[in-house]
Amino acid sequence: MECRDGNLVSFVEGTVEKYGKGRENLLPVLREVNEEFGFVSGAAFIEISRVMDISIGEIHGVASFYSFINEEDRGKYVIRLCKTISCDMAGKEKIEKTFERELGIKFGESTKDGLFALDYANCMGLCDKAPAMLVNSQLYDSLTPESVLDIISECRRKI
Amino acid sequence: MVKAKEKRIITGKFTPGSGIKAALAGKPEEVVQEVIDSGLRGKGGAGFPAGLKWRFAANEKSDMKTIICNADEGEPGTFKDKYLLDNHPMKVLEGMAIAGYAIGADKGIIYLRGEYAYMLPSLEKNIEDIKKNVFSKLKVGKKKFEFDIKVRLGAGAYVCGEEFALIESLNGNRGEPRNKPPFPIQKGYLEKPTLVNNVETFATVSHIIEKGALWFGKFGTKSSKGTKLFSISGDVKYPGVYEFELGVKLRDVLELVGAENTKSVQVGGFSGINVTESSFDKTLAHGDLPAGGSIIVFNKDRDMLKVLKNILEFFEEESCGQCTPCREGAYQLLKGIKMIEKGEKSIRYYKDLCDLCATMKDSAKCGLGLSIPSPFLSITNNFKDEILYR
Repeated sequence: MECRDGNLVSFVEGTVEKYGKGRENLLPVLREVNEEFGFVSGAAFIEISRVMDISIGEIHGVASFYSFINEEDRGKYVIRLCKTISCDMAGKEKIEKTFERELGIKFGESTKDGLFALDYANCMGLCDKAPAMLVNSQLYDSLTPESVLDIISECRRKI
Repeated sequence: MVKAKEKRIITGKFTPGSGIKAALAGKPEEVVQEVIDSGLRGKGGAGFPAGLKWRFAANEKSDMKTIICNADEGEPGTFKDKYLLDNHPMKVLEGMAIAGYAIGADKGIIYLRGEYAYMLPSLEKNIEDIKKNVFSKLKVGKKKFEFDIKVRLGAGAYVCGEEFALIESLNGNRGEPRNKPPFPIQKGYLEKPTLVNNVETFATVSHIIEKGALWFGKFGTKSSKGTKLFSISGDVKYPGVYEFELGVKLRDVLELVGAENTKSVQVGGFSGINVTESSFDKTLAHGDLPAGGSIIVFNKDRDMLKVLKNILEFFEEESCGQCTPCREGAYQLLKGIKMIEKGEKSIRYYKDLCDLCATMKDSAKCGLGLSIPSPFLSITNNFKDEILYR
């Protein structure tokens, strides 16, 4: 236990205190841990299990159901490009290619520097401003290859 | 963004507080009756009479009841609830409080889809505002009126828009639909009676209670009263959210949004049906074209096989995997259509796929699995030459 991450322990304890220990608060807790650390690590599962008194298997079952809960470190910026029909028809492919060529990875992969991960998502309710995507929890719409370059630069500047 | 044609209700003017004040002036059962008399149907897609659901919920005896606002708007091509929460949040919150008074619940939860997390700060501020400026000044008899609302975020699962799955998710479980009965009004959030309505339903209720069922009944058709918000996207000049009176002709809608050279229209989202020119004079109303709210337009340059594949890929991913007809059905339909595309299967195989659709319609556990055959059958029927004989 000597290698427990104090930061993680106090974050989990604080979050559970905020929401309560009841089972109904599991998803909000998972969401917050995911938001804070970028993913829910094995160590985080252990801490949540300990504080909320729910088995790790149960927590894993819940976490794995939701596509926005990452169970591994995908990268600092997880990009989720909408691939549903309205975005697809509005030029999703151009956006896809711009990302892959600019970052040198394919969708489903992460960059070696741990900065970016490319993923797809389903309809995010921006069909009238397609194509659209999420970068972590931030929505971007009316994408063009040029705006994609700007967004990538902005992410790089922020580190 | 909203371009209402002549008459509007949901996006019309509203004085904050006027709905809940009108509700509190009467007895809870009178509020329920007003909603029943209005003929309002739930705006989430299934179109169940809202007042009836309220009466069932009101009749339940329990020490705790919960109002849930379903803001897990995930149907592809739908973004009208996002519009409402961004632009008319007070109507939604007030509608929830009216429902609370009507059925005897003092707590509400907004289940907001994870994609809309950006609106959490503004929504929480609006909740504080309405509690401070409206609710706290109201009384029920001699007692202070109290209604608390909190927001819970989803985490990227389409199936959670299904009310049973939504409740499972709120209870801290995998968002998997469950067997019914018991219905949520009997056993829902924390195993207690729970009323789930869509964002647009609550917004509409505020207007109905303010102005009365008679006024509301002047809009729409005999079996579909009122107006409806439609999210329109795809090959149109002016995509966006529109409010139309129910019973509007699809052709008039298409003209207004600047749809040209239209090949087909997906009405009611991916769970709805695909229609072509011959059906454009049909109306959007209960019993005619599904008035679920999502309209996606395809022009003559679109490859309908590609469209169908996109739809099936969506369902194959979003099926929760719990029941076999949906999990395997979606997978086999997608695989089948890919094989037909490559010319690896004769059209006899298409007949097998149609049989599979019948099985899915008979045996899938929830609305998701039951709906998958609709786009598959309507698109393949409409475009036999293009898809099956290519």
